[in-house]
Amino acid sequence: MNRYPAWKYILVVVVIVFGIIYSLPNLYKKDWAVQVSADSTHTLDDNTLNTVRAALASQQIQYSQVEKMASDSVTYHFANADVQLRADDVIKDTLGEGYTVALNLAATTPKWLQSIGAEPLHLGLDLSGGVHFLMAIDVNSLITHRMQAAERNISDSLRKNGIRYVGLQDTQNGISIRAPDRATADKISAVLSQDYPEFTRTLTPDGQQWVIMANLSEQARADAQNFAVDKTLSVLRKRIDELGVNEPIVQRQGVDRISVDLPGIQDTARAKQIIGGTATLEFHLQDVQHDAEQAKETGLIPPGTTLYPYTPAGITQAIPVLLQDRVVLSGSSITNATTTMGEDGRPAASITLGGGGEAAFYRITGENIGKPLAIIYVETALTPVTVNGETQYTQRKNERVISIATIQSALPSTFQITGLSSIKEANDLSLLLRAGSLPTPVAIIEESTIGPSLGAQNIDKGVFSIEVGFIVIVIFMMIYYRFFGLLADIALGMNLVLLVAVLSFLGATLSLPGIAGILLTLGMAVDANVLIFERIREELRNGVSPQASIQAGYERAFSTIVDSNVTTLIAALVLLMIGTGAVKGFAVTLTIGIMTSMFTAITGTRAIVNLIYGHKVRLTKLSIGI
Amino acid sequence: MEFFKQNTSINFMALRKWAMSLSALVALLCIVTLSIKGLNWGLEFTGGTEVIAAFPQAENLETVRSTLEQAGYKDVKVQSYGTAKVVLIRLGGKQEDMENKDIGKEVVAHLNGATLQSTAYIGPQVGKELATSGALALVLAMLGTAIYIGFRFEYRFAISAAVALIHDPLIILGIFSYFQMEFDLTSLAALLTVMGYSLNDTIVVFDRIRENFRKSRKGTPTEIVNLSVNQTLSRTIMTSGLTLLAVLSLFFFGGETLHGFATAMVVGIVVGTYSSIYVAGALAVALGLDRRDLLPTSRDTPDDTP
Repeated sequence: MNRYPAWKYILVVVVIVFGIIYSLPNLYKKDWAVQVSADSTHTLDDNTLNTVRAALASQQIQYSQVEKMASDSVTYHFANADVQLRADDVIKDTLGEGYTVALNLAATTPKWLQSIGAEPLHLGLDLSGGVHFLMAIDVNSLITHRMQAAERNISDSLRKNGIRYVGLQDTQNGISIRAPDRATADKISAVLSQDYPEFTRTLTPDGQQWVIMANLSEQARADAQNFAVDKTLSVLRKRIDELGVNEPIVQRQGVDRISVDLPGIQDTARAKQIIGGTATLEFHLQDVQHDAEQAKETGLIPPGTTLYPYTPAGITQAIPVLLQDRVVLSGSSITNATTTMGEDGRPAASITLGGGGEAAFYRITGENIGKPLAIIYVETALTPVTVNGETQYTQRKNERVISIATIQSALPSTFQITGLSSIKEANDLSLLLRAGSLPTPVAIIEESTIGPSLGAQNIDKGVFSIEVGFIVIVIFMMIYYRFFGLLADIALGMNLVLLVAVLSFLGATLSLPGIAGILLTLGMAVDANVLIFERIREELRNGVSPQASIQAGYERAFSTIVDSNVTTLIAALVLLMIGTGAVKGFAVTLTIGIMTSMFTAITGTRAIVNLIYGHKVRLTKLSIGI
Repeated sequence: MEFFKQNTSINFMALRKWAMSLSALVALLCIVTLSIKGLNWGLEFTGGTEVIAAFPQAENLETVRSTLEQAGYKDVKVQSYGTAKVVLIRLGGKQEDMENKDIGKEVVAHLNGATLQSTAYIGPQVGKELATSGALALVLAMLGTAIYIGFRFEYRFAISAAVALIHDPLIILGIFSYFQMEFDLTSLAALLTVMGYSLNDTIVVFDRIRENFRKSRKGTPTEIVNLSVNQTLSRTIMTSGLTLLAVLSLFFFGGETLHGFATAMVVGIVVGTYSSIYVAGALAVALGLDRRDLLPTSRDTPDDTP
């Protein structure tokens, strides 16, 4: 009656072994680390590593371990945060541009566990801290762009209204428009107030002439700034999400800053490259009417064009090309991008257009069949410079013509671009195009590790209080249900091990809401066993034999346990699908926990009960506390 | 060890009119206090100020936090920043207050030997999407469980369970509102936990009621519910008692930051246990639950005959 077939015992053993192995990495501590990653144009060869080693040695900085993460990424482990910060500075100075150096918390999982994919749980920012980046947004360049655009538009609308002005220019204080007389000045002012209400106007006489200063109102400036910050926030959130970093905190800080907090033990170097990344694409038509070679030699660039060097595939020498300044298509019209392999076996990106840009692109390419179209890879570096105690930013555009191809037909909304230098570059570009481009470049101005937001001491207290609660439950179960209580305790422990193993295996991030979910499943696991044992006791009180009582107890309690667990599971699944952040974190552990707890509380305890009592024919008494 | 040697026969349902009136009154009071006082949203929801301060030597974070709380700052969160000598302090409050005052200097003035490194307003960490998606998720979760209960039990049970599911968090939110306790992400987690716990409790009682309706041919619905509550009483005391013990440990030893969480859990377990008997059980009876509604249809039990 109370026997399990062999496969059930085997299943229980296999599951327990899986649980123990995959929860093991959580027992190893985390190291303070610095991660070094090479950009697409650089490599991390032995020479580079030796230079770093020598530089660290010369500063008497010792590292406990060097770990090669991938062909282009290395992690150095250090004893504490002070050494880590010093090492970070030294490595940054040594390597310079071309490498991303980022602070990190690294796991010390042994090789054999790593080889079977066993990794520790990622702990959230609240429990273990992580890495903090402070990003500055170059708001001034945004306002400058805005003013330049407004200048063109204002001159257009004045011309459209048939108003003759003497001069129009963009100055430090705003757009200055010079009118020949008072009457014209009033007309200009009227046009401005109607079409450009976001500008303030001041009229001053200058001899016979009048000067109208149009400037963005404080409100408009603030709006532009808020728009830029909000847009940057959402783009950064999308990018971090695309990276697969769990539970980041991206929040506005001050007027023009954004802080990004990432939990530890993730690829912070890559995260740093991606959150600060500005790579995008621009499509330009090639100017074939003028001779590029000649333009390069004489320095006389035809108006409306720009000279670029271009290295076609298979050729080592760059050739000069003239490209029209007009942008046929920019990265902002790209809604999706994935990395593929081009026909030549080199990395390529498959691009999907959207948002209205595709119609214009189809028309323009249709009108220019037979003409060459160039694709430029654009990166903008923003470097903060402190001038008289104030931070200013210098922008440097880094442009590279990646391909020029003759337009064979009007291009549809999905096509492939080639000429990217590496898979990594293609991957990063695709990710950035997918997540959308930043409204204005950002610079990482501060970087630091941060401690847990709940505070280390609070976590110690919390852990202590949970341990006390756990021990009280364990002891009480044993007193109240005797041997069966011990079984429930074993099942509870197994449930915890199994739950941690599954969460670690799935790469989930555990933060406080997740722990709340674990507590709930532990409570439900205890409840499942209490339900079973109370039923067995009821049967025993009714004079049923021990063997039959065990059978009936498990059977009757089963439907109750299934009903209550399935109901909670439905709720958890809905929260998992729709919820975000804390709600989702709670739902993840609850969903997995319900499944593991049903297994351990029902199948697990039953396996031991069957093993011990199942073969006893003359069983007269159960150690269940009555 | 046993709490009860024999089955108890306490007449729980005798008090049901009183209990239901009490629940209705308390729920109403909670709605009133929530609409007047609202919730004291935590730093994650409102944003606040971030102050970075440096100390001459490694500083005890808890000391910093308690010093500032004593100085009258609300929602103080302290983290180490880079090294142990630099701390990042986050304070709650509205944006306007922060911009007008030179809060960084004030904060540092309270801390012995600290120098101010930077002050900045920080935006809310939790976007509006958490509030909207969270609310939507809760409504759908409730709907989903109600459909399952309606399918497995009966629609009156589904309605009663849904009412109990609203009842419990409402009371907790009411308490948070009345005492103006900080409602942060941690409290939200506790609220979700309590709802899950209460739901579990409710289903256990329902399951026994269904079983007893099917088993016994006599007895009024009130008697059956009474019998079921009595039969599950030692289980209820055991489970609720144990969970309460664990949560009380959190309450007493868990430290300041877990206080909101622990409070919500303690209240939630007491209210959740009460509600599964007096709200869910009693409401199902009041809605006119009858034996016939729960008798298995012949289609359901083909295996009963050998």
